[in-house]
Amino acid sequence: MNDTTQKRNTMEIVKANLAKRYAREQRFRAYGIAAISLGMMFLLMLFISIIGNGYGAFMQTYVKLDIEFTADRIDPEGTRTEDALSAGNYGGLVKDSLKRMFPNVKKRTPKKQLYGLASSGAAYQLRKMVMDNPDLIGTTQSIWVTADDDVDMLVKGHIDRTLPEADRRMNDSQISWIERLEKEGRIEKRFNITFFTAGDSREPELAGIWGAAVGSIYTLLVTLALSFPIGVATAVYLEEFAPCNKWTDIIEVNINNLAAVPSIVFGLLGLAVFINFFGLPRSAPVVGGLVLTLMTLPTIIIASRAALKSVPPSIREAALGVGASKMQTITHHVLPLAMPGMLTGTIIGMAQALGETAPLLMIGMVAFIVDIPGGAFDPSTVLPVQIYLWADSPERAFVEKTSAAIMVLLGFLIMMNAIAVILRKRFERRW
Amino acid sequence: MDNVATAEHTDFEENTIAHTSDMGHSTATVSRDVRKTVGDIEAENPRMICRGVNVHYGDKHAIKDVSVDLGKNEVLAMIGPSGCGKSTFLRCLNRMNDTIDDCHVTGSISIDEQDIYDKSMDVVPLRAQVGMVFQKPNPFPKSIYDNIAYGPRIHGLVEDKEELDHLVEGSLRKAGLWAEVSDRLAQPGTGLSGGQQQRLCIARTIAVSPEVILMDEPCSALDPIATAKVEELIDELRENYTIAIVTHSMQQAARVSQRTAYFHLGDLIEVGSTEQIFNMPRHQLTEDYITGRFG
Amino acid sequence: MQATFLLIVLLALSAVGYYLGHHRSLAVSGGRISHLHSLPTYYGFYTVLWCGIPALVLFALWMALQGTLITHLVISGLPADIQALPSTELHLFLNNIQNMVSGNIVSGDITETMNNAAAHYKSLHSISGLLLTVLMLVLAIGGILWARKNIVPERRARNIVEKTVTVMLVLCSTVAIFTTLGIILSVLFESIRFFQQVPITDFIFGVNWSPQTAMREDQVGSSGAFGAIPLFVGTMLISMIAMTVAVPIGLMAAIYLSEYASSTVRAIAKPLLEILAGIPTVVYGFFAALTVAPFIRDLGDSVGLQVASESALAAGLVMGIMIIPFVSSLSDDVINAVPQSLRDGAYGLGATRSETIRQVIIPAALPGIVGGVLLAVSRAIGETMIVVMAAGLASNLTMNPLEAVTTVTVQIVTLLTGDQEFDSAKTLAAFALGLMLFTVTLVLNIIALSFVRKYREQYE
Repeated sequence: MNDTTQKRNTMEIVKANLAKRYAREQRFRAYGIAAISLGMMFLLMLFISIIGNGYGAFMQTYVKLDIEFTADRIDPEGTRTEDALSAGNYGGLVKDSLKRMFPNVKKRTPKKQLYGLASSGAAYQLRKMVMDNPDLIGTTQSIWVTADDDVDMLVKGHIDRTLPEADRRMNDSQISWIERLEKEGRIEKRFNITFFTAGDSREPELAGIWGAAVGSIYTLLVTLALSFPIGVATAVYLEEFAPCNKWTDIIEVNINNLAAVPSIVFGLLGLAVFINFFGLPRSAPVVGGLVLTLMTLPTIIIASRAALKSVPPSIREAALGVGASKMQTITHHVLPLAMPGMLTGTIIGMAQALGETAPLLMIGMVAFIVDIPGGAFDPSTVLPVQIYLWADSPERAFVEKTSAAIMVLLGFLIMMNAIAVILRKRFERRW
Repeated sequence: MDNVATAEHTDFEENTIAHTSDMGHSTATVSRDVRKTVGDIEAENPRMICRGVNVHYGDKHAIKDVSVDLGKNEVLAMIGPSGCGKSTFLRCLNRMNDTIDDCHVTGSISIDEQDIYDKSMDVVPLRAQVGMVFQKPNPFPKSIYDNIAYGPRIHGLVEDKEELDHLVEGSLRKAGLWAEVSDRLAQPGTGLSGGQQQRLCIARTIAVSPEVILMDEPCSALDPIATAKVEELIDELRENYTIAIVTHSMQQAARVSQRTAYFHLGDLIEVGSTEQIFNMPRHQLTEDYITGRFG
Repeated sequence: MQATFLLIVLLALSAVGYYLGHHRSLAVSGGRISHLHSLPTYYGFYTVLWCGIPALVLFALWMALQGTLITHLVISGLPADIQALPSTELHLFLNNIQNMVSGNIVSGDITETMNNAAAHYKSLHSISGLLLTVLMLVLAIGGILWARKNIVPERRARNIVEKTVTVMLVLCSTVAIFTTLGIILSVLFESIRFFQQVPITDFIFGVNWSPQTAMREDQVGSSGAFGAIPLFVGTMLISMIAMTVAVPIGLMAAIYLSEYASSTVRAIAKPLLEILAGIPTVVYGFFAALTVAPFIRDLGDSVGLQVASESALAAGLVMGIMIIPFVSSLSDDVINAVPQSLRDGAYGLGATRSETIRQVIIPAALPGIVGGVLLAVSRAIGETMIVVMAAGLASNLTMNPLEAVTTVTVQIVTLLTGDQEFDSAKTLAAFALGLMLFTVTLVLNIIALSFVRKYREQYE
């Protein structure tokens, strides 16, 4: 009887405390939801900030100028040779055109500002036109030329026209010129091809990511060519051949540690060993590739080992049982089965390498390089470093370019990761 | 020897298939009759009453229309071949199956005239009322003392340290572990031997003073000496608690239980007093199992 | 370009070698493959090995040594007065010559000696290239012929090929060791040279960091001050801010996802969180500098706080965001490794979910979680781009998160980018900082990995 009452008491106590415990439970769950939401919010903010700043860069402002291809300016001697044509004063043509449109501008500074409405790239554009077709000389053409970055910013609304004159990058007369051009339909925004085809430039309107993209491609090719075979070979050795001894332990501990060494330390290694000791060229994709190889190897090795581990021993036994050598067992049966997992790991490693910046700063890939690199030994930069360089530039137009370059980089990364995920889904095998 | 066993097994499976397809032809009510448990499902003094319990795991029908009572102060042993659903059924009794995502339970299981699967039922006090001991000893990675004190602490059963000390000692004594661990209560529970760990888990369960204790093959991971101790303990606990035990060992069922239920492929085939089940089973399948023709 | 061409030629020769070896084995087998020890394929590969390996080894050695050797020859060919120049100027001179050869802009005037040296350099380069081509071709073709001669039915080609492949596998697996060794040696040697110029105690315990080289001897701090304490404090401050953001959010997110969330929520939220991990750090740096730092500064202004535009808070906050997925995925692994039986034990006693998590799962998973957090700390300390772009450059010994501080990684980048002479204390200091960084992260990693490993063993 006593026992029963005690039990009744227990249940009463338990029930009495329930409300408090459930409140705590609710609170705890709320923390969890808050944590997830915060993470999502950060992600959203990041994307909004990048896309909000960058989508404009895919459009570029152009100005329509009536260019008079006067022979005086282009080829005063009248020889029409390539050399003479290429030495012509095409900048003068642009200036003439603007002068004709705004004849009232007389003073030196306003004149300079007026000529600044068109990008310095306009001259190169005209030169190319004339070189391609010398018959243009003597004619007058309406030509769309790239506008200066300040004009671009104003047209896109990044310069507030309502601010007091002293606080904005463009003065009243500049704005009035642009407004007149706008009224005459001489200003237009078009898809920014330059951004995808040009190398770096000091002028935002002429700067593009193609040079950096090519540098990234060369760097990644070197990385892939080295890290995939070495990574897979290491994984195969450790998983299939290595005896259980101290040496193997050392290698394993090493790999695990390397996976967590800060990337900048790999840059120091690259600088000291590849550049200063072996004398490889600075800023070259080949050195970048070497450094990134060492950096991504642990990722690839760890993924490849996991893939090899997931191949059941029965497959190996079956092959060995019919008299295959160990090497045949591995090359004929184990490797093909583990390949999707290894490829997934490699793609993820490549994505990591594509986004890496810090070690490449150490080996001089931060140089300002205008030309599109022609090979793995040419000086070049890579996409993330280009982003870093542009982010450092003071011009407002580079903020836009930076964000746009980030969007392109993220696009590549998302694509690579998506391929990895698809590969994993497609070939995932449950034994 | 191996071959013979396999042959018999196949033979038996064919039997069951025939049995099942028979049911397919009959109407629903009839099928219930066909599957109806042999023996007396009701206990004299019931503590928990289960009626028409069905459990699905996704597409799998794991428990089929099981009805049985758990009598007060008695040990109900659940026996049957592997995969027959006895553990699943046991886990229904304090809703431990809730932790499995696609597990779906229908039918009624009631304690104190309240259906435990009712929406208004709260699992937390239910599990305080219906405790559970698991197949593998699972002490928390904490000290022996903290293991026992965990339940009383979360439920707020004790007011002060002294009372808790008292409760811990009492629980350990009831579990017959006090003499062995009284001098090392601060040491981790995971450091005990397997048998001691299991008794620790039993002590942990009774520290909350549940009314029903569910035991899921509590001795399967223990050696014979430890098993004997736990069995002894179960017998003692019967005085104060209602116990349901799932076991693989028929000897154990015979030793510790008053009533026995025989499960087969999700069906409850036969229930009765342990004496009757082991001495004169009424159902062919029960007899086959008891006499060791399969299992 | 020449290198690529050579490799392609070698590849083509190997293909020819494979064909010849394969063909030869069939010829010597007398028409019955079973007379051969190995399959014909293996005789093909056997030939490829003989063709490729010696030539490749030569190629690698040549590439590694060519630069140093040519430079030496060029120097020895220079007039004595230039050879006598101090090493930094000589270095500059050589750099200019290399620039001339590769057609880049040369700093300073071009002199006659430079022109001569450049011509010398050019000729040496072409001689070397020619020599390499000839030697490689000789080795490759010789290898093929040698192997072909050696193909007889008794030749155990399969065993030889397999043995060679095994050796190659072993060699590949040592790359990891050489990498670690390379890191240690490169940072250690330069650091030792640095410590010869600046006493190690000044470096570790000094509170002044101003590595600028002075223009004049009599300028204040002309020798530069290399006290790294402000950098260590700055690094710690930013890492601490990052961890206070990342640990609670990451851990709670992992707990929620593994213990509470339905499978649909998990399937959506987990990959989304992992996107955060895939975003390059330079993007975070840009985000911190462009969006977060001004936001925090404005926020501070609105409540009357003076916040630096490159505040430690902004950099730390963004670094924390970057580390969230790192903490959450490591914790997730660890929490999932806690055996279900422990959860059952707690639920069986009537514990609520949060009680089970807080009092059973977290304590059980603690070593693993601690290991994960330590790995995250090591990552925060070594993180570079975010701080380079969003933290300050000037050293500032403070624990105030609203002020600008600088970090070890920022200084490494600043010291090593831009114009630099390799032997100055300024550049060597970067390696000393690198040594510190490597040591600290290594120790953290080792501790963390041993924690995680112990934890794994406990439940396996």
